[in-house]
Amino acid sequence: MFKEELEKIRKEAQQRLEQSDSLDKINEIRVGVLGKKGSLKDILKGMKNVPAEERPKVGQMVNDVRVEIEEAIAKAQKTIERKVQEQRLAAETIDVTLPAKRMARGHSHPNVIALKEMERIFVGMGYEVIEGPEVERDYYNFEALNIPADHPAKDEQDTFYINGDILLRTQTSSTQIHAMESGRIPIRMIAPGRVYRSDAVDATHSPTFHQVEGLVVDKGITFADLKGTLDEFAKKLFGEETRTRFRPHHFPFTEPSAEMDVSCFKCGGKGCSFCKGEGWIEILGCGMVHPHVLEMSGIDPDVYSGFAFGVGLERIALLNYEIDDMRLLYENDIRFLNQF
Amino acid sequence: MNTPISWLKAYVPGLECTDKEYNDRMTMTGTKVDGVERLDKNLEKIVVGRVLSIEKHPDADKLVVCQVDVGEETVQIVTGAPNVFEGALVPVVLDGGRVAGGHDGGPLPENGIKIKAGKLRGVPSAGMMCAIEELGSDHNAYPEAPENGIYIFPEALGPVTEAETCALAAAGKLDSEEARAMNPVKPGMDALELLGLRDTVFEYEITSNRVDCYSLLGVAREAAVTFGKPFEEPDVTPAADEQGDVNDYISIEVKDPDLCSRYTARVCKDVKIGPSPWWMQRRLSACGIRPINNLVDITNYVMVEYGQPMHAFDLDTVEGHKIVVRRAQDGDMFQTLDGQMRRMDHDVLMICDAEKEIGIAGIMGGENSKITDEVKTVLFESATFNGPNIRKSAKRIGLRTDASGIFEKGLHPTNAEAAVNRACQLMRELGCGVPVKGLADVCEPIPDRVRIPFNAGDINAFLGTDYDEKTMLDIFAKLEMDYDSEKKEVVVPYFRQDVKAMCDLAEEVARFTGYENIPMTLPGGESMMGGLTYKMRVQDKAREIAMFNGFSEAMTYSFESPKVFDRLLFAEDAPERQAIRIANPLGEDFSMMRTTPLNGMLTSLATNYNRRNKDARLFELANVYIPKALPLTELPDERSMFTLGMYGEGDFFTMKGVIEEFFQSVGMKEKMVCDPKAGRPFLHPGRQALIRYKDEILGYFGEVHPDTAGAYGIGGRAIIAVIDLQSVIPHTAFDYHYTGIAKYPAVSRDISMLVPKAVTAGEIEAIIAQRGGKILESYGLFDIYEGAQVRPGFKSMAYNLVFRHKEKTLEEAEITAAMKKILNGLESLGIELRS
Repeated sequence: MFKEELEKIRKEAQQRLEQSDSLDKINEIRVGVLGKKGSLKDILKGMKNVPAEERPKVGQMVNDVRVEIEEAIAKAQKTIERKVQEQRLAAETIDVTLPAKRMARGHSHPNVIALKEMERIFVGMGYEVIEGPEVERDYYNFEALNIPADHPAKDEQDTFYINGDILLRTQTSSTQIHAMESGRIPIRMIAPGRVYRSDAVDATHSPTFHQVEGLVVDKGITFADLKGTLDEFAKKLFGEETRTRFRPHHFPFTEPSAEMDVSCFKCGGKGCSFCKGEGWIEILGCGMVHPHVLEMSGIDPDVYSGFAFGVGLERIALLNYEIDDMRLLYENDIRFLNQF
Repeated sequence: MNTPISWLKAYVPGLECTDKEYNDRMTMTGTKVDGVERLDKNLEKIVVGRVLSIEKHPDADKLVVCQVDVGEETVQIVTGAPNVFEGALVPVVLDGGRVAGGHDGGPLPENGIKIKAGKLRGVPSAGMMCAIEELGSDHNAYPEAPENGIYIFPEALGPVTEAETCALAAAGKLDSEEARAMNPVKPGMDALELLGLRDTVFEYEITSNRVDCYSLLGVAREAAVTFGKPFEEPDVTPAADEQGDVNDYISIEVKDPDLCSRYTARVCKDVKIGPSPWWMQRRLSACGIRPINNLVDITNYVMVEYGQPMHAFDLDTVEGHKIVVRRAQDGDMFQTLDGQMRRMDHDVLMICDAEKEIGIAGIMGGENSKITDEVKTVLFESATFNGPNIRKSAKRIGLRTDASGIFEKGLHPTNAEAAVNRACQLMRELGCGVPVKGLADVCEPIPDRVRIPFNAGDINAFLGTDYDEKTMLDIFAKLEMDYDSEKKEVVVPYFRQDVKAMCDLAEEVARFTGYENIPMTLPGGESMMGGLTYKMRVQDKAREIAMFNGFSEAMTYSFESPKVFDRLLFAEDAPERQAIRIANPLGEDFSMMRTTPLNGMLTSLATNYNRRNKDARLFELANVYIPKALPLTELPDERSMFTLGMYGEGDFFTMKGVIEEFFQSVGMKEKMVCDPKAGRPFLHPGRQALIRYKDEILGYFGEVHPDTAGAYGIGGRAIIAVIDLQSVIPHTAFDYHYTGIAKYPAVSRDISMLVPKAVTAGEIEAIIAQRGGKILESYGLFDIYEGAQVRPGFKSMAYNLVFRHKEKTLEEAEITAAMKKILNGLESLGIELRS
């Protein structure tokens, strides 16, 4: 008799569980079946009529049913919980294409990006980064660089003077002299900084701009070393596929001198409107330090030799980032800066 | 410097190359080609035509219908040109051809204009007769061309090469019917060839050391070596049959040989002014020089060839037949041949006759000795003036001429003689005059040719190459450098004034073996540590923090107008006004080296504001220039400043946070103190602070004063901070120490206060920090309120204090004791504690 009743309770509970669609209903079932006044408790109450030797057996049967129902409840509960969560997650769906929330970070100046790239490359090759004065003595800007008082190059550079002896440096090359005068050889250095020339402001000129000077002095430095170093530099700055071309040129403080072109990074050297059909883009001036310059700075040219180069930072920035007007670099319009 | 390739070939006859080859190879040996102009660009199918007949157009008054013989056929061409006549020889562009531009001489279209047969007012026209402008040129280059109308060829061109002219001159037939009938122009001939347009003009960027290459002969020498072809220098030895003696015509005295190392002169008599021959006119016009007459053309021609400016005087206007070269007197007024009166000074060199000044040496001749078509006897001056003096004189007088531009580069005295002989040779060849025998010459000793010790090993060691001695010596030989094999010395020719030492020889070797053939290696030697300076590390941190906080990096000019100080309301005696002035500025706006970075920042903020950018945050890392004394004798102190500026979102305390963040990031562990007594006139009087750190002032920040903001045109509230990095650096360190994360619990206490308005948070915090003792871990303001609920003259403030002991759990008594000390201290400031 117990057996039938237990079976009935079990079946009924199972049926009701299957139809339950909320945690509340499941709880009702739990209370109705397993609770203090639940149907299983009722059955246990009827145990007193069962002969003592059968009680363990009946007890076992009741317990089995209870376990079975508990498991069924747990299972049903889990199903509903999952369902509820699924519904909640579905309701929480967002439009992932809505605009992002971004921290308003600041932006680098294109000149600084170019400078940091160059610093990274040369520091990696063992170069020190040093500085020199912008307000400079005539001697360091001209005379010590093989540009004596009457040299036409003094005119070419349209110098701003403070007085007869002090001027605004026209080239970072003056820093070379300071480095050489320090007497510490070997030298491997680059010197970035502001330079000044009396050019009116327009799309391609500015009375103040930046250069990065480079200098290597040691025993046995050759023109081949100059080529190799700058070729490496160009490949690191403009990409491994870049080719370089060295053309003879003239600077008073280097001999032989050269200008370095790189293969156009837009067309790869085939010739396009960017490189004006040339396939090459002029990047920098360089050369072997003139023995007379070494000598004037107290370095024996019979023992040491060196090479030097000078890069216009703005030129690199304008070319590399395709900026068509130099004035943009000094206006500081955030709509411009935000692009870097 | 321009050279037509046809003229170069006169001296390098073997030169055969395309324009591109010439461009590339000359550039790679150092004569950089800067421009290539093909004179027949966009000119196609243009031949000589003879107008056979002209009839009226049936339907148009201004048009005529011409039958034109173009060689193999006769074509009908309708034209509106007023100057065609029956029998005229004209350039004709045939059907399917192309011309460079319109007849009005406006800008030339990129691809020219295509010409097709068609009908003009119903009458078929098979081509077009051309004006010189349609051929891409103008009346300046072809003086014989009509100002408005079709170009008309002569029946014959006359001699078209110097050789033809020479042959005629030798036969005494220059002025003969035979000469005029040479090279007849016939229908069907290539009109462009006849006009000298089958040519290419190269323009070069000549470096300042290569004075010799400011001449066609110099470029020709380079081209000859570059292409391995012989260079044929013109022979200008005076003819043996010259008569007379130049000394009977002229005497020369050089009073200032320091400014004139050589003065040569030659005389030509029986001068006949007329047009120069076809070939000379075409060569000059291809170089952009307008043909004028034979005498002027000869001096211009020699200037192109030899790079030697010459001056021609009418000998009859030279008083006493004497030339005196001397300095001017200060204040002398002199009328140059452009009609201008100009003031001279003691350092200007003058050319004078026995009585008066007749020219400014190397710059421009005088109105009083101007040559006219009536000239009978001409005096050619060919001299060597001191380059730097010419440059400075031209600058002072304000008169830079083609001649001064060349003289200032420093010519060699040998060149003067060759050039004047060439001029006389041409005078004779052209029948322009008869050279008088002899050269009047006053010359300082000409320096010996430079000798340079040669060792192939040294050059290879310098270049990193492995060329043998013969390769090098061959190059020197081609460059007309002699080799003294006994002394092992290279002897440099006079025209190569740039070659002085071994490194110069190395350059010649590198140029003509090819820079591209030098290997690429990396320097050997000991390896070296690279890196940034400490200051650059601090600057990079400043960048990082500024950018993290939304500030973008700006760059502004280092010089500005002294008016900036007034705009910034600086007192008359403010130290900032002690600024370095530039002696030759571009204008007042760029005349003074900045002593404060404010103007650059405020200007940049204003730019953004005016362009309606809603928010702007900028920073700059740049120098200010502080003189130690004025006028400047020592170099100034160049101080690196970290300047921040912003408007829009954010306020004073946003800026304060950025500064604190920066200080913390560079290892400045103490608390920075804001001192409200900053006294900066350009800042809001109640919203500015000096930045103090360990009792040192490192900068200031605050809200821009409305007057200053107004002066710059910034409409909103702007905040600005100026930090003197040079002062900051000694306090910085990049050493980090780990102190252990606390294991014991913290105890938190709140203090709520009624604070007299004048008491600052800084004062309160100083007491909390000082009295809280070791167990005070942190404190923070969490509420501040002034308003209706608070008693007038007071503000309500609330702080949260956190206590913690590193090694144990704090006991209540310890906290109470610390709190009591703090509260007592606060009460002494007149603060009332709220329950």
